[in-house]
Amino acid sequence: MDPLAGAEVAARDSYGRLLALLCAATSDVAAAEDALADAFERAVRTWPDQGVPANPDAWLLAVARNRLRDWWKSAAFRRTVALDPERDAPAYLDALLDELPDRRLELMLVCAHPAIDRAVHTPLMLNTVLGYTAEQIGRAFSLPAATMATRLVRAKKRIKTAGIPFRIPGREVLPERMAAVLEAVYGAYVIDWPGAERVPSESLHLGEVLAQLAPDDPEVRGLAALVLLSQARAGARIDDGRFVPLADQDPARWDRGLIERAHEHLRAAHAQGRVGRFQLEAAIQATHCAGAADPRTLLGLHRALHTLAPSLGGGVALAAVTAEVEGAAAGLEVLDAALPPTGARFQPAHAVRAHLLSLVGRHAEALSEYDSAIALTHDTAERQYLTDVRRSLTTRSPSADDR
Amino acid sequence: MRYALLMHHFEPGEGELSEEIMLEGQKAFDVYGKALHQAGVLVSADVLAPSLATTTVSRPDGELRVQDGPFAESKEALAGVFLIDVPDLDAALSWAEKCPGAQWGSVEIRPVATSFIDGGWTR
Repeated sequence: MDPLAGAEVAARDSYGRLLALLCAATSDVAAAEDALADAFERAVRTWPDQGVPANPDAWLLAVARNRLRDWWKSAAFRRTVALDPERDAPAYLDALLDELPDRRLELMLVCAHPAIDRAVHTPLMLNTVLGYTAEQIGRAFSLPAATMATRLVRAKKRIKTAGIPFRIPGREVLPERMAAVLEAVYGAYVIDWPGAERVPSESLHLGEVLAQLAPDDPEVRGLAALVLLSQARAGARIDDGRFVPLADQDPARWDRGLIERAHEHLRAAHAQGRVGRFQLEAAIQATHCAGAADPRTLLGLHRALHTLAPSLGGGVALAAVTAEVEGAAAGLEVLDAALPPTGARFQPAHAVRAHLLSLVGRHAEALSEYDSAIALTHDTAERQYLTDVRRSLTTRSPSADDR
Repeated sequence: MRYALLMHHFEPGEGELSEEIMLEGQKAFDVYGKALHQAGVLVSADVLAPSLATTTVSRPDGELRVQDGPFAESKEALAGVFLIDVPDLDAALSWAEKCPGAQWGSVEIRPVATSFIDGGWTR
């Protein structure tokens, strides 16, 4: 990682940790954000003259806490619930941040709480845990900044007025709550970032933060591995602005460091002996990254994944790998079973169906499927690739069965 | 924090529920009420009479209007109110899901903004 990116990660890490500590006691995220913003503003004003404090995070936390305390004391502020003296004691102010509890997992659980609209889980996490602005998140979700800001504000109001607690829930609900957190982190990974050539580092970092906070959860590790493995191949995915499909990628351009870290996560996950959706997805990616992937191994993994957690994307991938092992006709059958050919607006299904149709010689249908796939993609490099493939199909003479 | 658990469900027609089912329902509410009480979280519990018995009053322009029936006709009617005092939404959620009303309708969890206690509104 280059030094600037490293500094940004460190800054985002501090932001999330400080915010989680500041809002944990009262569930008042907006007030904590304001207090933290004040602290940053004061830092910008005073640090150039007075020098950077020995522990900048502890300094920021102290200033922000004092700010919150001023509000609590002010006449405008009354609460029906007493503050928790354990959590709100000013003792934290003198402690070093390293000794402070990390409450980001609680914050993530709040962001993905069942009482919060699912569509806001990921934006809320990017905003509170990593400190991205409504404008940046809005851009990622193709929404105007004002719309995204309104949704975030509404969600934060709900957290406070509904009394969503910053607490790790009990065993009986923890698995489903963690599943929602994983979905939200995954949501950051699959965002269709406009114009982005690479998987966004935001999602990479959310996955790593979560793995750090819940290292014993195998699915958390699986998700972190999945994101790292995709990121490792991001550089090879685009060549000269053109999309390069997996089979044609140059393994020398894959990031070995990221792949190694992903394998560490997978080993830790495996040690728990509890397989899950994200571990299987990561295993599939790891198999691809291992060089010449054995299609039969892949087929087994894809089948297990599709049984455990059926999804549109999983169905399409299963069809593609089935075609590789058992022939295009078998692949088409799987695809038609997973996704009916008509009406679906799922772009990858059209791209794969187009490819398989052309393999079995149904060229006219293949061309129309390519048209749909090209119309539905948001990725310029992929659009170019699909257009090229389609063109090569039309220059061939139509086959006999194509009447 | 205080939460109101508001039960909403279809209202059965007269004689629609057998005696057996009625008894079963009463037993479930009995168990639920006692559990809330024993946990020390119950403020009040009321199951409401059918909406056929309700009357609605309003004074939109200072003029009194008395209306037969609920202010908004809907298929699902407000059927009961449990007021509980618990630390947070997660606790309220776990009580709401145990509410017998959740089996045949829905239970809305609404935080209380302010309550009149000891001669004044809490803030």
